Amino acid sequence: MLQTHLLSVLVWLPIVGGIAVMLAGERAAKGLSLGVALLTFALSIPLWTGFELGTASFQFVERVAWIPSLHSDYYLGVDGISLPLIVLTTFTTVLVIVAGFGSVTKRLAQYFAAFLILEGVMIGVFAALDGLLYYAFWEAMLIPMFIIIGVWGGQRRVYATMKFFLYTFFGSIFMLIALIYLYLKAGTYDLGAFYAQRLTFHEQVWIFLAFFAAFAVKVPMFPVHTWLPDAHVEAPTGGSVILAAIMLKMGGYGFLRFSLPIAPDAAHYLSWTMIGLSLVAVVYIGLVALVQQDMKKLIAYSSIAHMGFVTLGCFLAWDIVAATGSLHGAVLGLSGAMVQMISHGLISGALFLCVGVLYDRMHTRDIAAYGGVVNRMPTFAAFLVLFAMANAGLPATSGFVGEFMVIIASFHANPWYALLAAVTLVTGAAYTLWLVKRVVFGAVGNDEVAKLEDIGGREFLVLGVLAVAVIAVGVYPKPLTDVMEPTLQHLAELLSASKL
Amino acid sequence: MQSLLLIIVLAPLAAAILAGLFGRTIGRAGAHSVTIAGVATSCACSALVLYRMLAEGAPTFNDTLYTWLVTDGIRFEIGFLVDHLTALMMVVVTFVSLMVHVYTIGYMHEDDGYQRFFSYISLFTFAMLMLVMSNNYLQLFFGWEAVGLVSYLLIGFWYTRPTAIFANMKAFLVNRVGDFGFVLGIAAIVYYTGSLRYADAFAAAPAIATHAIVPWAGASWNAMTVVCICLFIGAMGKSAQVPLHVWLPDSMEGPTPISALIHAATMVTAGIFMVARMSPLFELSPTARSFVLVIGATTALFMGFLGIIQNDIKRVVAYSTLSQLGYMTVALGVSAYSVAIFHLMTHAFFKALLFLAAGSVIIGMHHEQDMRKMGGLRKYMPITYLTSMIGSLALIGFPGFAGFYSKDSIIEAVHAALEGGQVPGAGYAYFCVVVGVFVTAFYSFRMVFMTFHGEERMDHHTKEHLHESPLVVTLPLVALAIPSVLIGALTMGPVLFGGYFGTAIQVLPANDVVAKLGAEWHGPLEFIVDGLKSPTVWIALAGVATAWYLYLANPALPARLGETFAPLYRLLDQKYYFDWFNERVLAAGSRWLGTGFWKVGDQFLIDGALVNGSARTVGLFGALVRHLQTGLLYHYAFAMIIGLSALLAYILYRA
Repeated sequence: MLQTHLLSVLVWLPIVGGIAVMLAGERAAKGLSLGVALLTFALSIPLWTGFELGTASFQFVERVAWIPSLHSDYYLGVDGISLPLIVLTTFTTVLVIVAGFGSVTKRLAQYFAAFLILEGVMIGVFAALDGLLYYAFWEAMLIPMFIIIGVWGGQRRVYATMKFFLYTFFGSIFMLIALIYLYLKAGTYDLGAFYAQRLTFHEQVWIFLAFFAAFAVKVPMFPVHTWLPDAHVEAPTGGSVILAAIMLKMGGYGFLRFSLPIAPDAAHYLSWTMIGLSLVAVVYIGLVALVQQDMKKLIAYSSIAHMGFVTLGCFLAWDIVAATGSLHGAVLGLSGAMVQMISHGLISGALFLCVGVLYDRMHTRDIAAYGGVVNRMPTFAAFLVLFAMANAGLPATSGFVGEFMVIIASFHANPWYALLAAVTLVTGAAYTLWLVKRVVFGAVGNDEVAKLEDIGGREFLVLGVLAVAVIAVGVYPKPLTDVMEPTLQHLAELLSASKL
Repeated sequence: MQSLLLIIVLAPLAAAILAGLFGRTIGRAGAHSVTIAGVATSCACSALVLYRMLAEGAPTFNDTLYTWLVTDGIRFEIGFLVDHLTALMMVVVTFVSLMVHVYTIGYMHEDDGYQRFFSYISLFTFAMLMLVMSNNYLQLFFGWEAVGLVSYLLIGFWYTRPTAIFANMKAFLVNRVGDFGFVLGIAAIVYYTGSLRYADAFAAAPAIATHAIVPWAGASWNAMTVVCICLFIGAMGKSAQVPLHVWLPDSMEGPTPISALIHAATMVTAGIFMVARMSPLFELSPTARSFVLVIGATTALFMGFLGIIQNDIKRVVAYSTLSQLGYMTVALGVSAYSVAIFHLMTHAFFKALLFLAAGSVIIGMHHEQDMRKMGGLRKYMPITYLTSMIGSLALIGFPGFAGFYSKDSIIEAVHAALEGGQVPGAGYAYFCVVVGVFVTAFYSFRMVFMTFHGEERMDHHTKEHLHESPLVVTLPLVALAIPSVLIGALTMGPVLFGGYFGTAIQVLPANDVVAKLGAEWHGPLEFIVDGLKSPTVWIALAGVATAWYLYLANPALPARLGETFAPLYRLLDQKYYFDWFNERVLAAGSRWLGTGFWKVGDQFLIDGALVNGSARTVGLFGALVRHLQTGLLYHYAFAMIIGLSALLAYILYRA
């Protein structure tokens, strides 16, 4: 029972749990929501251990008719692309709940409920194999996040939420049109049928662009990235963590799940644009991050630059074929993109939690308001330096793995790509270490800093768990790439086969 | 063998973790005991490995430890390659590290960060060992970055000092510029070979050299040249070659023991080691080697000039390190890889000695580093004086001392390359290394004279408390002074001419300048006799004499000279304006560009024109359209009539 419906349980347990938390009220909120989050995480472990390696087919599949008149099914399943992202979601949610214990004061129950419901919906997005079901989860995801920023956000939260909502909604409308068009062609919302559906070049281009509108906003890619810094700055810590760690991955996931296999010829045709935009993200955004005065904005821009590696890795295949005549190196780029997504989830989440720790104490995100934090908070400083180094892509942390793979893969496509991508070695280190220098090091900056107290047990636990995860992926990423490899090999075959 | 190698690597790591995470529990004595035990174990085992290789003929160890990840048929692995080159490096690294560990007990005994410091230097030892013992590019890069991380942490060890936390960021970023090239070099190797293992890259080297990279239409670069120059850019960062040298002088902000360990003896030589390790690749690209040669020669001479005008005792030694790294690079450039490693080894001993001696002086002077406030210290600190003297004699290549053998070999090798006439840039390099000898001798003895001889310029209070440093400080000095004298004479024959490196270093017969030197090699004593006949020894002595004249015989003269040659002095004082350029042009330019992108690109164009602009456009359109919807029937009727007539007119007109 559990084994066959594991995915449904993972989707609905947190949603039902979230509603229960809301009903149970403030006093039971903490314990109950932590219990639900832990249970969901615990249940995602058999998903990982029970996942059969060496096959590209979907596993833990559940399928029942949902809306027969539209030929839409309640159809769930995981493969090597979605599995790591689902586990990342359940893992991160636990940390966000724990981190919220001390720092959230108003509407506690609703806060935790929103995150639990969001968790279930996000797992739904990653697990849905039916176009309509996917779209339903995708749009449903907006609501809790809209509420989280709008209710628990900062001073300009209304502007930020509107910007966030309109940006993403604007993108998803086009995606809905593309899904409906595909349904009309294929006669079903089954993703497998979409993959097999032959499409003319023009159809593919329009479908690709429609998906692009949705996914590029989510990643976010240049030039539709400007909602992210605003949303992050105004979001509460937990919101920022989920936004950066999970929701941005929806974009990269979308490219891998929809754009590439459904419209491979259009992706081929437009790959130079995608690569160009990715490299702009790495270089341009890297420089923009350098001059940020607000810690959260800096990390937000750094996220965009890091996500540039994801999109870069996704679209290298055709250039590699053109340059070398073989597909060798394409999977390296794809798995680099996947690893980068997971790693970015851990590191950006950790960095936003670190900012949250400081914000809880000083109520400012302004870099200039800090200085010499290490004198008062040595343990916290050690964590921040670790995560900063991971963000700068230091080997033996997760941040290195994906970047290294994508840089090598991009060299296969074109040495210039590799050169521009490698700029991140310098810019990434520059903006991160400069942040660390200004916030952490130096003599005690002012009286406020002098009153700081080091992190307590709860914060230590959250950051410690993330530190272990960041180092574990950096030292031994093989379990992660082993899970992904067959799926990505299969994907590489799909996207290299023309649909014309 | 594998378990022995694992002990060598993991003992310092375990000690670092213990001292780092449980420093408060185990206390100060606990921290230094556990880390010293770890490094001593590592050192003893390294010596055992070397012994087994030399005495018992143990074969090269080359095996994978574990697979980091596999994707797309490319195996990313962690593994060891231990041959004679590695074994030598392991012994040097762990021995110097052990000495520095012991010395630190004395140097840092009043510091609050005692345990943290021991944890870092043990972690460094681990990282450095991973670097030298690697059998693949992935792990090489791991070690490469890890030593950079520890260097960052240690330069900024006194994190409340603004200069220290600026210097550590600068060091990391400048190294990252080097890594930028390094990563591209590695990516190119994976591209051509599909593997990260050295062995595969070496086997494929002739094939790589037949490929070309077309950067733009009409240009064609040899793939091996691109690979080698990219890798060497990494080495330029780590081994502080011009123009990526700027971080090393500033790194002196760190405590002196790490200046000795990291910024003189071991980490900064990683680039030299790497190029020597990659000799099968570099041999196939004459262009890359000439590039290496010219960069090295420039560093050797021009960084030496900067040492002349420094007044901070540590900075003199730092510039001398830069210059000596340049010498090693020159040796690499003329395919004398074994000579480069030989100089690396002798330099590790005498330069660590010089730094630790400088540290001993600094302790004695109550953390005063300005040599203008020293003088006459030889009376108060005889052991420090004697060992400094030994270190300086070794550094300037005084006959019989370790540096003499290695440095003279470099000069001879360049000379042989020049005679061979096949290496572009050899003439320039020969000029640089010969003039460099004078410069080296001059600044070294300027330091010795200003510190230990002449008038006692320190204040009364300092003078009263002057005494020789404690045993934990002087013991490492003595222990390093012994190899600084002997190691050259003992090892030159076997290391350079006895085939010590075997296949670890590969040189094409046509480039083999070391073989030419070997033809004239008759033993260390004869080498001294030959050396006395060559001009270099006399040039060095002239440098010493000049320093004596200017700083002991006629101490008012240097200031007058500085005034006479004011523009030149300013050029040296400003370090050729590299820092100015980096800070005012590169760093400021990046910030300016970033601000421009942010304000103009993101805020004005995207947000202003596109996002909020489209919102405004919609609003404007709505406002306009609103005027049309008045709610008055006759307005609508009127509009309908106008519309109908227009439509009718159009239809009639077309007909």
